[in-house]
Amino acid sequence: MDIKAYLVLSLTLFTIGIIGVLVRRNAILVFMCIELMLNAVNLLMVAFSKMHAVSPVMKASATYASDAQIFVFFIMVVAAAEVSVGLAIIVMLYRNTHSVDINFLNRLKN
Amino acid sequence: MSNILEFVWLIPVLPLIGFLINGLGRNNLSKGLSGIIGSGVVLASFIISVLVFVQVKSGGSLDNSYFDFINISSLQLGFEFKVDVLSSLFLLIITGVGFLIHVYSTAYMHDEPAKDFAKYFSYLNLFVFSMLLLVMGGNFVIMFIGWEGVGLCSYLLIGYWYKKEENTDAANKAFVMNRIGDLGFLLAVFWIIAKIGSVNYDVVFSAASLAKFSATDITGITLLLFVGATGKSAQIPLYTWLPDAMAGPTPVSALIHAATMVTAGIYMIARSNALFSLSEFTMTVITIIGLATALLAASIAIRQNDIKKVLAYSTVSQLGFMFLALGTGNYVAAVFHVLTHAFFKALMFLGSGSVIHAMGGEQDIRNMGGLHKHMKITSVTFLIGCLAISGIPGLSGFFSKDEILAGAFGVHGYGKVIYAIALFTALLTAFYMFRLYFITFTGKFRGTHEQEHHLHESPAAMTIPLVILAVLSIVGGYIGVPEALGGNHALAQYLSPVLKSAAHHLEHSTEYILMALSTILVVAAILFAWMKFKNYQGEGEATGFGRLLQNKWYVDEIYTAVVTKPLAALSGLLDRVVEKKGIDGFVNGVGRAVNYGSRQLRLVQNGQVGVYVLLMVIGMLVLFFIQLFA
Repeated sequence: MDIKAYLVLSLTLFTIGIIGVLVRRNAILVFMCIELMLNAVNLLMVAFSKMHAVSPVMKASATYASDAQIFVFFIMVVAAAEVSVGLAIIVMLYRNTHSVDINFLNRLKN
Repeated sequence: MSNILEFVWLIPVLPLIGFLINGLGRNNLSKGLSGIIGSGVVLASFIISVLVFVQVKSGGSLDNSYFDFINISSLQLGFEFKVDVLSSLFLLIITGVGFLIHVYSTAYMHDEPAKDFAKYFSYLNLFVFSMLLLVMGGNFVIMFIGWEGVGLCSYLLIGYWYKKEENTDAANKAFVMNRIGDLGFLLAVFWIIAKIGSVNYDVVFSAASLAKFSATDITGITLLLFVGATGKSAQIPLYTWLPDAMAGPTPVSALIHAATMVTAGIYMIARSNALFSLSEFTMTVITIIGLATALLAASIAIRQNDIKKVLAYSTVSQLGFMFLALGTGNYVAAVFHVLTHAFFKALMFLGSGSVIHAMGGEQDIRNMGGLHKHMKITSVTFLIGCLAISGIPGLSGFFSKDEILAGAFGVHGYGKVIYAIALFTALLTAFYMFRLYFITFTGKFRGTHEQEHHLHESPAAMTIPLVILAVLSIVGGYIGVPEALGGNHALAQYLSPVLKSAAHHLEHSTEYILMALSTILVVAAILFAWMKFKNYQGEGEATGFGRLLQNKWYVDEIYTAVVTKPLAALSGLLDRVVEKKGIDGFVNGVGRAVNYGSRQLRLVQNGQVGVYVLLMVIGMLVLFFIQLFA
C-alpha cells in the first residue's frame, strides 16, 4: 500500500490529538488525546519501518524490517506504565477537588 | 685607581636604597637614624660623583646600557646611562648641594614626629634618585622617567604638611602645571621616535647633524621640548606654580625649587643643544620667553612681603636669565649660572629657613627687622648670597651673570635691546634682594615681644651648610673667569666636548665697559635700596603700579578667569547635561527598558496549563517551519 495513506492517517490522528489537548478541559479527555498523539507516532514508525524494509541491503539481514516494530512494542509497554501513573494523578486530582477540570491545575502557578 | 665609571650606577641606586629604608621603616626608625641614613646615602653618592668627576675630567666617559627597557620590533630601548662632562657636573651639584640640604633638614625638621621625619627623608632621597636618573639617562626616555619622578617628589614635598588645605592646593597646582609641560616633552619624544626610531642621545644628535630631520621637525620637536622645560623650570606661561610651591618645608624649596629640579629644563636644553642650535625660530622663542620671565618675575619680587615668595620669584627670574643664555646659544653660560645659582639660591633659601625657624614660623618680612644682631651667621651668609646674586665683582654671580649679559650683547641685530632689558632686570634683582636683606636684618624688630625673646641663632647642623654654601657662592665663580679678566674659563674648556658655545666673542675693551657699567648700576641699585629700606617702618597700602606688582600682575587671577573658570564651567556643563542626561540617561534607560520588558513578559507565565501547551505547540510549529524552509 502507498505510504502516503499511512502518513495522512497518522497526521490526522496527531492533529486531532493536539486539538483535543488544546481545547478540552476534561483531564481524562486530554489524557486520551495525548495517547492518540503517541499512537499516531507509533503508526508512523511502523509504516516507515515497512517502507524501508524493501531495500535490498536490509533483506540480507535475518531480522529485517522488524526493528521498529519491536521498538513500537516497547513504546506501548512504556506508554501503558505512563497511563497508569497519569490516571493515578487524575484520580488523586478528583479526590482532592471533586472535579477533573484541567483548570484546577492552574494552581501550579503558586 | 680602577675604573670608577663601572660603579657609576651606584650613584642613583644609593639614594633609592635610602628611600626604601626610610620609606618602609618609617614606623620603626628613630629620628637620628633616618636622618643619618638619608644624609649618608647622599654623601656616599657625592663621594662617588667626585671620583667620577675626576675620572671624566681626565678624559673618561661612559655610555652603558644596563638592560633592555623596552624591546619591541621597531624600537629597542635600553636602560642607558650616559656620563660625560655635562652630566658629571650636574651630578656634583645635585649630590653636593643635596647633601648639605639633607644635613640642614635634620635640624630644620627636628620638631616633626619621627614617623613624618622618616617620610620626609624618604621623599628627599627619592627626589635625589629621580634627579640623578634625569641627568644620567642616556636617552630621552630615561630622562623622562627622572623628569616625572622629580615632579612627583615635588608634589609630595610641597604637600608634606598636607593637613593645611592651601598646601595641598599648591601641590596640586605644581603637579598639574608640570603635567602640562610634560605633555610637550612626551610629544617631542614620540616625534623623535616616529622620525628615526631611537631616542638615544648620540643617535638622535648625529641624525640631526646629518640633516635627517626636516626644518619643520626640528622646530616642532624643539618647541615641544621647550614647552616641557617651561613647565619644569617655571617659565612663562607655566611659572605660577613655583611661588606657590613655597608652601613646602624650606629645605625643600632650597633643594627642589631653587637648586636642582627647576634647572632640569636648562639641563635638557643644554643636553639637546645639537637639536636646538638647528632651529633659529625656537632659539628666538626661548630668548624672548627667558627675557620676559626674568623681567616679569623680578618686577613682582619687588613688592612681595613673604620672605620665601621673594626668593621664589627671584628663582623664576634667574631661570629666565638661564633661558636667555640658552636662547642666545650661550650654553656654557647657562650651565655656569645653574651652578652658581644653585650655590647662592640654596644659601639664601636655607638662610630664610634659618630666619623662619628663629621667628617661630613667621614668614612676613614686615614683622621682622634687626635680625642681624640676633643671628650673625645667618645674616652674614645671607648678605653674601645677596651680593652674589646681585653680581658684585669677585663673587660667583658676577661671572655667570656677566657672561650671560655679554653673550646677549653680542647677538647680532637686536642684541643691544636684549642686553638693556637684561641689565635692567639685573638691577631689579639687586634692588629686591637688598630690599629683602635690609627689611629683614637691619632696622628695629617689628614682631611681637614674645618672638623677640625667642630669637636665636640656628644650631650647627643649619649654620654649617650655610657657611659652606656661602664659601661656594664666593669662590664658585672662579671656575669660569672670562679671558677678558685674565682667566681661561676652566668650565668652558671642561664642557667643550659637549657644549659648543655659539656665543659671540666680544672685544675685551667692550667687555670691560659692560662689566663696569653693570657693576656701577648694581651698586647704585643697592645703595638706593639701602636708603629706602635701612629704617623700614612698614609702608602704606600700595597704590597704582605698586599694587599691580604686589598682586603679581594679577596673572593668577587672569589664569583663573581665562582657563580655570571656563574649564570648570565646561566640566559642569558636561556633568549636568552630557553625563547626567546623556550617559546616565542611556544607561538608566536600558535598565528601565529591560525592567519594563521583563515585567510584561512575566505575564506570560500565568499558570494556565492550556496556554503552556499552546505555546509549546506554537514553538514546535515554528521549529518545524524553520527546519522546512531554512
